[in-house]
Amino acid sequence: MSSETTTKIPEAAAEPPPGTATPKKRAPQGHRRLLTRRDRLTLGLMAGVPTILHVALVWVTALASVALAFTTWDGIGFDSIKWVGLDNFRELFSNNPQFWPAVQHNVIWFVVLILIPTPFGLFLAVQLDKRIRFSRVYQTAFFLPVVVSMAVIGFVWQLVYNPDTGLINSLIGANEPGHYIDWIGDPDLNLWAILIAASWRHAGYMMILYLAGLKGVDPALREASALDGANEWQTFKNVVFPTLRPTNTVVLVVTIIEALRAFDLVFVFNKGAQGTELLSILVTNNIIGESSRIGYGSAIAVVLLVISLAVIIPYLIATFRKERRA
Amino acid sequence: MHHLSPSGRFALPSPSRRTLLRGMGGAAVLGAGIPLLSACGGSGTAADPKTVTLGSNASDAVPKKAFAEIYAAFKKQSGITVDVNTKDHNTFQEQINSYLQGTPDDVFNWFAGYRMQFFAAKKLATPIDEVWDKIGGNFPDAMKALSKGADGKYYFVPLYTYPWALFYRKSVFQQHGYTVPTTWDQLVALCKQMKKDGLVPVAFGDKDAWPALGTFDQINFRTNGYDFHVELMAGKASWTDAKVRKTFDHWAEILPYHQDGAVGRTWQDAAQTLVSKKAGMYLLGTFVAQQFTNQADADDLDFFAFPEIDPAYGQDTVEAPTDGFMLSKAPKSKASAVKLLQYLGTPEAEAIYLKADPSVVAASSKADTSSYTALQKKAYAMISGAKHLTQFMDRDSRPDFTSTVMQPALQKFVRDPKGIDSLLTSIERQKKTIFASG
Repeated sequence: MSSETTTKIPEAAAEPPPGTATPKKRAPQGHRRLLTRRDRLTLGLMAGVPTILHVALVWVTALASVALAFTTWDGIGFDSIKWVGLDNFRELFSNNPQFWPAVQHNVIWFVVLILIPTPFGLFLAVQLDKRIRFSRVYQTAFFLPVVVSMAVIGFVWQLVYNPDTGLINSLIGANEPGHYIDWIGDPDLNLWAILIAASWRHAGYMMILYLAGLKGVDPALREASALDGANEWQTFKNVVFPTLRPTNTVVLVVTIIEALRAFDLVFVFNKGAQGTELLSILVTNNIIGESSRIGYGSAIAVVLLVISLAVIIPYLIATFRKERRA
Repeated sequence: MHHLSPSGRFALPSPSRRTLLRGMGGAAVLGAGIPLLSACGGSGTAADPKTVTLGSNASDAVPKKAFAEIYAAFKKQSGITVDVNTKDHNTFQEQINSYLQGTPDDVFNWFAGYRMQFFAAKKLATPIDEVWDKIGGNFPDAMKALSKGADGKYYFVPLYTYPWALFYRKSVFQQHGYTVPTTWDQLVALCKQMKKDGLVPVAFGDKDAWPALGTFDQINFRTNGYDFHVELMAGKASWTDAKVRKTFDHWAEILPYHQDGAVGRTWQDAAQTLVSKKAGMYLLGTFVAQQFTNQADADDLDFFAFPEIDPAYGQDTVEAPTDGFMLSKAPKSKASAVKLLQYLGTPEAEAIYLKADPSVVAASSKADTSSYTALQKKAYAMISGAKHLTQFMDRDSRPDFTSTVMQPALQKFVRDPKGIDSLLTSIERQKKTIFASG
């Protein structure tokens, strides 16, 4: 890069013809002068290093993972990579008893998060926005689960649901032989049990997002609608909620991301046993550890990537279109 | 899955610490799975002939201290320093592929069986026949067979072992007048009687998904014999074979006498029902004794071999996972490493270890058994009297097969034994793909 600058500067210096042309030439010259060699070097480093890291750690690995999805590899030496075409996907779609349940559970995860904790978070935000007493205390209490790591949440709830010594079974007397309610192992129950834990956290997260959105609503709008004789519900429905549109978009995206990346909570809770299989857990189980089915695990990861893209691309298109219009 | 019995034994009462660590280790491996990156790991110790580096998975306090005492004794005897590089037990296991491909330590902790032979076949370990020239006399034939790779060369030095069996409390059996069952019919009758007496006949917790593998092993080699069991584990016999179906029929017969809600229960919680005398029996490795923290309870603990199912096989097979050491592919100070391995194969080294950890028995037949507890003596007799030794399903078969196929499949069976036929078809289909992948 430095050689580039050194060759260009003398050229530029030699160029200006005498006389009239000076005002025209001033602008580009000034532009060059703004960026000294050191500036360029700094800029190059500041942009270049992150770019290299980004390309190496995000793009190269993602593309490598996509390529590996069409191979089998046990992770030992590069010469053991074998090209198998679409075999991994065929195996995944037709033979893996955990794959379709996993896809289904990821979808359920999203639907439940968007239907229960999200409206509940909005409800909490609206209440807290009314400047009730101890509002900060409530805010902190509801937001606390979001601060705690997912792994810790899984650990705590797993104690609550423990079939023998857990809080719930002890309270309702379901820890005797013959009466067990197996919250963790029973595939009809365990996903819902975990979703309660996930919702517990998600509601607080949504509350904060909506609370921030509500603080941005112009009070004049409320006053105007009050003057027009609208009651509280009408004001919220027709005036406040529509102004929360940007927040809603963020909430939707955050919830989709939460549903797709759901992993830690379940992994700690019961390692994705039957009933709680998730795509992310299948990827982990196949790639990590001695099992090392790297090709097969990559195929699952590719499926997860495709689902993510199917969600993200329409969102990005919509956002860019809006920006262009504005 | 990964931490079979060995880690289970030393684990703290909370299983979840491991789970957390595994999660973290997991995250680390996501990157480390690529051999390129793994090359940065390992020890950078220069090739000092008086130092041997050793990769250890003994991260828990008791074994860590016990091993340290062995290395100290070795240094005193030979003047060679052992530079120990300890990793968390599960992380060690999860990273083993990339660890062995990078710059591993000279000597590393590992398990006997298929898992050992796998790395030997991949040329990630060095044959150690010269070690066995010296220590061969210390070990029974079954141990020698366990220490060889598929090519017939030695790759492994066993240190200790422990059997799986049915554990019970002497006082409970005395109180109800039970006798130890030696045949299948007696076992079923005993289960029925225990249920009548208000006990949980067989304690069971399969949340970690590996305990059910142990139950399958016992019933399968009693029903179909050692040879078929080995073929099945090696992926040669079919899971849709009528013989396998028979194993599951037997299991289904006693499954109603197992503690219900097993898939949500850890093995530690299941063991507590035996401690509190609510359960009659529990099928596990001797590390179950770790849950008996009260000395009086521990003295009350006893075990018996899984009863005979087919008289043709009797009780000739014992599941006895064995832990020991291997030599990595390119040791920096090979001569010293060989000396260390030779020392680890002596009865003295084993005696030092057993003094610190009394829940296991020495792999060597020459080890001093006079200081053994009653349980250790019984375990020792059981192992030395065995015609065949197995290691445990996930050490005897491909780890990818056991962890991604068998663990979920058996959890499913334990919950719903009726769907066995479609389950076996599914296992067989997945097995074919995995074993074909080389």
